Amino acid sequence: MQKRVFFRSWWLPYVLVAPQIAVTLVFFIWPAYQALESSFYLEDAFGFSRNFVGWRNFEELFGDAGYLRSFRTTLIFGLSVTILSMGMALGLAVCANRVIRSSAAYRTLLIWPYAVAPALAGVLWFFMMNPSLGIVAYMLESTFGMDWNHYVNGNQALALVIVAAAWKQVSYNFLFFLAGLQSIPKSLIEAAAIDRAGPVRRFWSIVFPLLSPTTFFLLVVNLVYAFFDTFAIIHATTSGGPADATSILVYKVYSTGFVGQDYGSSAAQSVILMIMVIAMTFFQFRFIDRRVNY
Amino acid sequence: MKITTAVLAATISTLAVSASFAQERVEVQFWHAMGGQLGERVDQFASDFNATQDEFTVVPVYQGDYTDTMTSAIAAFRAGEQPHIVQVFEVGTATMMSAAGNGAIYPVHQLFEDSGLAFDESAYLPAVISYYSDTDGNLLSLPFNSSTPVLWHNITLLEENGLEVPTTWDEVWEAARVLKAAGVPSPVGFGWQSWTQIENYSAWHDIQIGTMSNGFGGLGTELTINNEAVVNHIQQIADAGEEGLFTYGGRRGDSRPMFVNGETAMWINSSAYYGGFVNDIQDFEFSQAPMPYDPDVRAEPQNSVIGGATLWVLQGHEADEYRGAAEFLAFLSTAEQQADWAGSTGYVPITTEAYELMSEQGFFAENPGTDVAIEQLSLNQPTANSAGLRFGNFVQIRDVINEELEAVWSGNKSAQEALDAAVERGNELLRRFEDANG
Repeated sequence: MQKRVFFRSWWLPYVLVAPQIAVTLVFFIWPAYQALESSFYLEDAFGFSRNFVGWRNFEELFGDAGYLRSFRTTLIFGLSVTILSMGMALGLAVCANRVIRSSAAYRTLLIWPYAVAPALAGVLWFFMMNPSLGIVAYMLESTFGMDWNHYVNGNQALALVIVAAAWKQVSYNFLFFLAGLQSIPKSLIEAAAIDRAGPVRRFWSIVFPLLSPTTFFLLVVNLVYAFFDTFAIIHATTSGGPADATSILVYKVYSTGFVGQDYGSSAAQSVILMIMVIAMTFFQFRFIDRRVNY
Repeated sequence: MKITTAVLAATISTLAVSASFAQERVEVQFWHAMGGQLGERVDQFASDFNATQDEFTVVPVYQGDYTDTMTSAIAAFRAGEQPHIVQVFEVGTATMMSAAGNGAIYPVHQLFEDSGLAFDESAYLPAVISYYSDTDGNLLSLPFNSSTPVLWHNITLLEENGLEVPTTWDEVWEAARVLKAAGVPSPVGFGWQSWTQIENYSAWHDIQIGTMSNGFGGLGTELTINNEAVVNHIQQIADAGEEGLFTYGGRRGDSRPMFVNGETAMWINSSAYYGGFVNDIQDFEFSQAPMPYDPDVRAEPQNSVIGGATLWVLQGHEADEYRGAAEFLAFLSTAEQQADWAGSTGYVPITTEAYELMSEQGFFAENPGTDVAIEQLSLNQPTANSAGLRFGNFVQIRDVINEELEAVWSGNKSAQEALDAAVERGNELLRRFEDANG
């Protein structure tokens, strides 16, 4: 049965949703429209000339091998960050959920990294892993004999930014997973225990499926985070290098627009990114959402 | 958001100033990119200037790094909120120049003329102002902080191994082999690789960087950095990397700790590291020497080109405010201010008078090596190849060069392949700039 609410005056519902609509229009629809428009123009930095160039900005992007490689880098980066940060968070949440003494202290400590700005998270890891000064690089060398130099080795650089981006996001995921875990009825788990299901079995058969709404929500949020919000980490650490090993799409949007003052190409790139995220979200809701138990 | 903050700050300071001086003083906004100690020194310039007269108040506003400052100023200009003076780094020159063509810029030579201030271009060092002059030789922006790459070297390490300071690249590699054998992990290094190993290597050997006088002649310029000499030079560094004589330490100044730690004994980068090194290096003696050169390419070095930033004056304000801006720029160019600035930072003094004052004060004699930068810049009268460069979208082109060089250092490309790719990608960016500004 559906709940229905009736308003006496016809205009009241419109007034009530108006602020939300206004915010969406001003902060989302209008900029998105402007990006779409700019992507068909070539413009000088100071805005003196603005020429319509049709699809040229897009054609140049797809004719650029570096831009196409950036898709691959972005995909690896996005998936790794999501899997790493969600996996770690789930593990930590399961542990924190079982801690009985001083659990508040553990939880608070685990939430801390979320307060760190992405750029700072990047710099922090960059410093710890600096080939000359970094403590982690030093330990890798002395313990495993591993020659760490993310200035030269593209895979190491990519690993570095993935770790930094994932570390920052673990706290956020942890909070949601913990809340999700605590809302699972104890009786179900106890019943399973009485049926002689071990902890691992209980987790995979009961806890994990019941967590699926949280997991799904976090999947969407994390992918969006990895695709959109991580440019500060790249900017503060590798600037997309070495070569273009860490040059993800959103960083390219930033550097083309803000560093290069090439607004047309930057707008075209953000339009492509926008389409990607819309497609991704659609895909998730269309295919993964069906397998979620609410 | 930064811009609104700046505008807000500016408004507040306007209110404060107009209240305390009862609207007598005319305010001049000065946006700059000097953080930390340098920023404090810039504030000092402004307050010293404000104390010398009671007509104008210069308000310095720190806007972040060079890129941030330029982006903010351009955005502010588009919104009609531009500052009077903005500090722009050398690679942004082509963008500012094309804005000058559209009347957004108040050329410095004209500003001085309109304000009735004496302005003698011959007082400035040719290698410094040639970078910022139009084709008729008129100065468009005032050089503020200019430096040039030098060979920083660890005297202690060189002496311990019985080595002289190298002057040619062959000597550099020979010395590097000795140092490597003595346990120095990465004897050779450099920062700002496009600037030091391509742009300055070319100027130092009088080799063209791009057609049409390195871009000074017009927007139709094309890069020529895939020439034999530069390719050989880059390949030589890559081979030295294989041999363990050079380890790439990152873009910009990221490899600085390697020199400070003693991992690198010969490091090519800006002379402006001087101020920081004096504070940070206690364990060994260090000094600057002229950049090494290849005698096979050119018998004698030509001159190096500068890096750093200049002050541009933006159009759209009142005449009396511009008089204030002109007075401030004249104040900054005085020998006393220049000598003080250059002495504490390692930037070069931009006028001959300031250089002479520093010599008289005994600064160069007391701090050996500090005159290397200025001697490199004024070694010869700059040629069309060594006067500087002016390419549109050059910030992005430098990133392209960074990417391609990194592919060489990691062994994925040969020097020839990488520089061919850099030229091709760079030329595409030049064509975009030409189409957007033509």
